[in-house]
Amino acid sequence: MTRKRIVTARINGKEHEFLCAPRQTLLEVLRDVLGLTGTKEGCSNGNCGACTVLLDGRAVDSCLVLAVETEGCRVDTIEGLAATDRLHPLQQAFLEGAALQCGICTPGFLMSAKALLDRNDDPSEEEIRFALAGNLCRCTGYDKIVRAVQATVATTAAGASQGACE
Amino acid sequence: MTTIVNGNELAQSQADAATRPAYKVIGTRPIRHDGVDKVTGRAKYGADVQLTGLLYGATVRSPHAHARIVSIEASQALALPGVRAVITRDDFVDPKHRVEELGEGAVDIAHLSRNVMAREKALYRGHVIAAVAADDVHIAEEAARLVRVEYEPLPPVLSVLDAMRDDAPILLPDLRTQSIAGQRGDKPTNIAKHFRYEKGDVAAGFKRAKIVVERTFDTATVHQGYIEPHNATALWNADGHVTVWTSTQGAFAARDQLGNLLNLPISRIKVVPMEIGGGFGGKIAVYLEPLAAMLSRKSGRPVKLVMDRTSVFEATGPTPASHIRVKIGADADGRITAAEAWLAYEAGAFPGSPINPGCMCVFACYDVPNGRVDGYDVVVNKPRTNAYRAPGATNAAMAAETVIDEICRELGIDPLEFRAKNAAREGTRRVDGPVYSRIGMAETVEAVRNSDHWKTKLEGPHRGRGVASGFWFNAGLQSSATATVSADGRVALVEGSTDIGGSRTGIAMQLAETLGIAAEDVTPTVGDTDGVGYTDVTGGSRVTYATGWAAYEAGQDIKRQLIQRAGLLWDVDPAMVNYEGGCLYGPGDKRITFRELAAKLAKTGGPVIGRGTSTHNKPGGAFATHVVDVDVDPETGKVTIVRYTAAQDVGTAIHPSYVEGQVQGGVVQGIGWALNEEYVYDADGRMRNASFLDYRMPTCFDVPMIEPLLIEVPNPDHPFGVRGVGEVPIVPPPAAIANAIHQAVGVRMRQLPMSPPRLLHEILAAESGNLSPEH
Amino acid sequence: MRDFEYEAPRSVADAVSLLSRSGARARPLAGGTDLIDHVRTGRLAPDLLVDVKKIDELNRLECSEAGLRLGAAVPCYRIYGDAQIAARYAALAESCRIIGGIQIQNRASVGGNLCNSGPAGDSIPSLIALEAVCVIAGAHGTREVPVHEFCIGPGKNVLEPGELLVELKFPARRARSGSHYRRFIPRNEMDIAVVGVAASVTLDPKADRITAARVALGAVGPTPLLATEAGRVLVGRPVDSIAIEESARAARAIAQPIDDMRGTVEFRLHVTEVLVRRILTEAIDRARRTERD
Repeated sequence: MTRKRIVTARINGKEHEFLCAPRQTLLEVLRDVLGLTGTKEGCSNGNCGACTVLLDGRAVDSCLVLAVETEGCRVDTIEGLAATDRLHPLQQAFLEGAALQCGICTPGFLMSAKALLDRNDDPSEEEIRFALAGNLCRCTGYDKIVRAVQATVATTAAGASQGACE
Repeated sequence: MTTIVNGNELAQSQADAATRPAYKVIGTRPIRHDGVDKVTGRAKYGADVQLTGLLYGATVRSPHAHARIVSIEASQALALPGVRAVITRDDFVDPKHRVEELGEGAVDIAHLSRNVMAREKALYRGHVIAAVAADDVHIAEEAARLVRVEYEPLPPVLSVLDAMRDDAPILLPDLRTQSIAGQRGDKPTNIAKHFRYEKGDVAAGFKRAKIVVERTFDTATVHQGYIEPHNATALWNADGHVTVWTSTQGAFAARDQLGNLLNLPISRIKVVPMEIGGGFGGKIAVYLEPLAAMLSRKSGRPVKLVMDRTSVFEATGPTPASHIRVKIGADADGRITAAEAWLAYEAGAFPGSPINPGCMCVFACYDVPNGRVDGYDVVVNKPRTNAYRAPGATNAAMAAETVIDEICRELGIDPLEFRAKNAAREGTRRVDGPVYSRIGMAETVEAVRNSDHWKTKLEGPHRGRGVASGFWFNAGLQSSATATVSADGRVALVEGSTDIGGSRTGIAMQLAETLGIAAEDVTPTVGDTDGVGYTDVTGGSRVTYATGWAAYEAGQDIKRQLIQRAGLLWDVDPAMVNYEGGCLYGPGDKRITFRELAAKLAKTGGPVIGRGTSTHNKPGGAFATHVVDVDVDPETGKVTIVRYTAAQDVGTAIHPSYVEGQVQGGVVQGIGWALNEEYVYDADGRMRNASFLDYRMPTCFDVPMIEPLLIEVPNPDHPFGVRGVGEVPIVPPPAAIANAIHQAVGVRMRQLPMSPPRLLHEILAAESGNLSPEH
Repeated sequence: MRDFEYEAPRSVADAVSLLSRSGARARPLAGGTDLIDHVRTGRLAPDLLVDVKKIDELNRLECSEAGLRLGAAVPCYRIYGDAQIAARYAALAESCRIIGGIQIQNRASVGGNLCNSGPAGDSIPSLIALEAVCVIAGAHGTREVPVHEFCIGPGKNVLEPGELLVELKFPARRARSGSHYRRFIPRNEMDIAVVGVAASVTLDPKADRITAARVALGAVGPTPLLATEAGRVLVGRPVDSIAIEESARAARAIAQPIDDMRGTVEFRLHVTEVLVRRILTEAIDRARRTERD
């Protein structure tokens, strides 16, 4: 059996040092070693997006990343999305728009949506759908998820323009 | 008369609108109570369970679709460092044949036991043969590979038609055909059941018809596709008590199954339902729970098993492939004179396909004066099928609704007009017998006719519009709820329905409405089997109806007690106290709010706990009519959904957002079923596409916005008019899309899925004039 | 998952040394989106994964007048995110935008896609159409292989044990050139190509005659195919539908698809012809619209 390695990564803004074997994926380490069970396992081969996290700011399927590859990297998971005192606008929009039913795909969608809005603050419906194509949902039919992302864009823009006026 | 407004507005008939009570909470859209946990990743699903000393399990599964199990040898596996236990068929008692009700169908415990772990034979690829528990999941997987199983492969049977032949290999030697009349066949067979329903005189009915259309259909096996794989964690304690944490649609159903399979009284089993990541009917039967329990018993430690996606496809409970023949006759005015259906559903390895519901639903939307339906439940070497959202109805609707479309075209009758003319109404008797009470079939047709979608002309080459209707029963069954009043005026509600889609909030809202308090002042929790009364499964579109009713009863119980307390407080006869709108009123100007009285409970007699149960079983039926516009690329057979509108009678929409969500989700599942989802088997009975890569469910990028039209025809048999809504949305889509494809490119599809290679084949055949006789 | 060792060398020499020592039991790891799944399912059984993402040469992305140098580990998102590449080597950028979804594109590399050597690999027809050359490092030095000769069977290529694909070199694009990649899939995203077609065309100064053309097919043979004849019949021809139809038929003639769960022979042959027609039309259109370099 291979020896475990010490890996240091910045997870949700905090330095974490953890032990892992090369064969443990980032998904496995997040859930089973670090106790961050918010990231979910759906298929283990990169086809459902339930395990989406941000790696150095980019959305990836954590089931297809080895934990050892994250040495020195920044990892953002669902547990770090909300600020200390309030939810992220996307989370709030999902709640208000009923954009979840069973909720298992929700962490993955939120991280993918965040990655989209970090790069594109005014996506069209088509751009939203394309950006989220790697996240499967079986409950909602996607309608309310797309609308929640659109609502977030609108709220953020309204907030920004309000700020600009002050 | 219905007035429909698109989007998020609801519609009622004028009469219903006039009599609808002015609800305070019902019909609003509060944020769901479990929402924050779900958007922050805090909510704990079954795979998130962590316990001290936890072991991880893995399964040994048959590579053969059909084989005798000669021997199982586990010594090498046990010798691997870190392995703590191995279980095989020898660890389980062999139960006798015994039929139990599981909530979405009856099950023979001898078959259920063999499905959880094979005994004499492996009956499908992926069938569990043994299981191991080890210190981590990697060791467990390695150990599973070291278990030596000797098989004697047998020829597999892989389709209903093959299985029904006289010379077909037999899967279950003691299976005999059972007919609905109670007769039992006398020779070995793969046909487990035969249903027949008759009404009137079909021969005479067809004679009277001006047009008769008879067509045959084939549909492929399809999976529920929930994103969360099955999971179970079990602890078999030293005192003989077993606790199981699992993502399940029914904690009590799981407990009953465990009792049967582990040979334990249910009082020694506690099932703790974790949050569940989708079910759609596929997480009612147990798969991993008994294995985890037995591994825990043998190892003395808690054991967690999580299914991998391949096994979810190969070895859980997809919905049947089917072969269906439908024949419908109509007169010159477009009135149905007779209808006949022959349906054979693949049950998989053990009997129990939803053939009966399929038979009952096939013509359920219509007033059929003369009808005959024959249905067959047939075993084949594939995983044992289970419920998938309106089980059995979608296959049947594909057949009936496309035949109706052909009749409409032939007679030159608008498809909505045909449906309006023939719609089942209050008093209509279904072919299988029951008479409808107040239903909304005609209203859904009317809603589509008045919709913006229908009124918008469809432009463009190779575009077509299709219509289809559908029906599902909805169930009642048993539910329980307990509600405790706290001193600050909140109510803690414990109910027994695991929450797949936000139902705990809909139930809380019904309690809040009953008590006249805000939805936010009720805190709902899903209880485990020790903490709440018996509750049947979350399925059958029953939860908002039945558990809502139980919560309503608990609320009434609280009100009665509070009336007593107010009487004590005011020193008046409780008969003089009224409870209205969250307030209690006494003689003179005596008045106290719920919240104020809640603060005085300790002084007036102690805690107030309300309890409620429901065994009401008139949830009414659910009807839907859908319209879809498609764009077909005639050079590739690719179908794009351009616009989709789904009209449905939803009774009373307690939380409209989640009712819309049920419609939208069911429609998109139906779109996947129509266009791309299927199990692809090779000649050895091996599923070739057991992953989300090639089992193609719609992504966000594959569908447009789905427009739900919610029509509220209140169910007269529920305090708030609730009707089940969750299942019928999946019934019309494949037929609606098939009808739209016909309008777009002139070909009739009679196979599901209507994938590009199949559609292109038909398009090319039509172009070359090489049509099959049926065209 | 199988137990394996992991190393992350910082130079080509170190990587080659690790790979040579372990031979077939070692695999280079770039994006991992195919490799990790293959190890998980047991399709591949390496004892050592050599992570090549820390090696400068494999991360190179240089688009200049001299052409394009694409390091083997460069992930898709960097490729389609580069405005110059998207303009001049459009087919390549399009391939990168299509592979998997965003999550896959943020990790998967074209080099890895090529070395996976799947008959349906989305990047490979574009590499062929754009005349890429593979630069391979081994214990005995470096060698170059034209990309259309790299794949030799399903999942098989010319790399010897101990060799490492370092980069892909593309010649500079000629003036008035356009390229396009598209594939047929049953959904709109996330699928393996049922048929994939890439084409590159160059037009004369008046933009009404084709002076060079290359057509490549994916998913219709044991390897991606250079449709030599389909390109040849276009050279010197005026831009019109007759030429395009002829090319499409020539492409269809060399396709050798199989019946599998993604498509039938009938379907693939028909769609090959349809796609070649459509893709050539688009590539020609783009060639017309380019500025002179």
